[in-house]
Amino acid sequence: MIFKRHSDLPFERDQSTRFLPWIVALMVFLGVLMFAAALVVSDAVDTWDSTLTGRMTVQIPERVANPENTRSLAGLLQATAGVEDVRIVPDEEARALLIPWLGKEIVASGLPVPALIDIKIAPGARIDPVLLRARLAETVPDITVDDHRNWLSALITLARTAEILAFAILALIASAAIIAVIFTTRSGLAVHSAIIELLHQMGARDTYIASQFQLQALMLALRGGIAGALSATIVLLIFGWIGQGIEAAFLPKLALSPLGWLALLLVPAGAVLIAMLTARMTVLRALARMP
Amino acid sequence: MLSFENVGMRYGVGPEVLRDISFKLAPGSFHFLTGSSGAGKTTLLKLMYLALRPTRGLVHVFDQDVSITPRTELPELRQKIGVVFQDFRLINHLTAVENVALPLRVGGARQSEIDSHVRELLSWVGLGERLDARPSTLSGGQQQRVAIARAVINRPKLLLADEPTGNVDDRIAVRLMYLFEELNKTGTTVVIATHNNALVEKFGHPVLRLDDGELTIRRKSDARGPM
Repeated sequence: MIFKRHSDLPFERDQSTRFLPWIVALMVFLGVLMFAAALVVSDAVDTWDSTLTGRMTVQIPERVANPENTRSLAGLLQATAGVEDVRIVPDEEARALLIPWLGKEIVASGLPVPALIDIKIAPGARIDPVLLRARLAETVPDITVDDHRNWLSALITLARTAEILAFAILALIASAAIIAVIFTTRSGLAVHSAIIELLHQMGARDTYIASQFQLQALMLALRGGIAGALSATIVLLIFGWIGQGIEAAFLPKLALSPLGWLALLLVPAGAVLIAMLTARMTVLRALARMP
Repeated sequence: MLSFENVGMRYGVGPEVLRDISFKLAPGSFHFLTGSSGAGKTTLLKLMYLALRPTRGLVHVFDQDVSITPRTELPELRQKIGVVFQDFRLINHLTAVENVALPLRVGGARQSEIDSHVRELLSWVGLGERLDARPSTLSGGQQQRVAIARAVINRPKLLLADEPTGNVDDRIAVRLMYLFEELNKTGTTVVIATHNNALVEKFGHPVLRLDDGELTIRRKSDARGPM
């Protein structure tokens, strides 16, 4: 082969392209972190949602709680339409739920703990907690029925808002990357205008010239994308390592799933694709003005 | 092949640099284009190689009216035109071989085809030893020969050369003219813009003469003889 190079344009001498990998690296770094945050929040919301949706908890105050009451309520619930499963939560398990909040010693020191019955509702069935409570209270007064909706809906709204915000920031980062590529490409067009004019004169189609800018954008964005993604991965691993030590009963596991890690690859891949397409479109638009 | 009808050309709001230019070039013809500096030779060539569109009048290239030819079809027309620029316009970061190969690459030729043709032609113009040299390391004359080789490499149907012998000695100038004549014999229409009256007289082809933006045509003379 005669040719060692693939480009007719001397991009390596083009000062304006020098900063593009750095810009892309920064964008990808921020983008990966944002996307990871969005994925973690999304997973967390799904976990809360799937764990608590379709479930209700009946609480029997300690003063009226006894095995007989609990069993009769469980029997009533078992016979209720739409209830798929009923489980009497053992006392030790109910106490264990309080340990993260009150500490082992207080919980073990005879703290009055209500009896709990966990209800699993059949898929598609709807049970009104107020009506259910009224019916159960005829057997054991003062009980409460909690469908977890009060706090769960607010939490889910908050989490979804955070998720949307993360994706909005991701879109802003992509927009900034597009602007950077447009300016770099325009600068390249100006720097190499004489050669572009020559190629144009030889009968080069616009796509022939655009593909050279596109390839250059690919190489620069790939370099920046890999650097940015690697840096973000290191930061996420550090966060994950720190997060392992946090135990909070109300928090679902704040970690990326294997699929989540794979999904993060979309950010550098998207950055490369955006850079290539932006360079191509910018060149084609500029060349369309030539005779 | 190529025809101009009442073509006028002005840059911006300036005066017309070409006025009422009308002529036809038959396929396979050979013409010199002469005129003093600033007479409009380069502008006329630019109109011929489709780098400019006329302000008025009609230009037909390969029997196509360029004013109504869609922009997407112009590259195909341009690929049939070889141009030797006055300032060579070689690409400095490419070697002589790579520069000459450009029109073939642009036209989508196969690499094996490119390799053999380019080396052969460069050897023919006396640059067989400088195949991998970059333009900055070549003399003016050598650069000019690379520029000519690039213009003729894909056997264009129309060859336009702006002062192609301006930087070479008489011996090389004659040799280059023979190259143009060889190409002309294979059917390429040739237009050579030159100040070299001796060359014009020696080869005796018809002359398109520009004076102050106006064109006169001098038919073929029989003035062939030693320079």
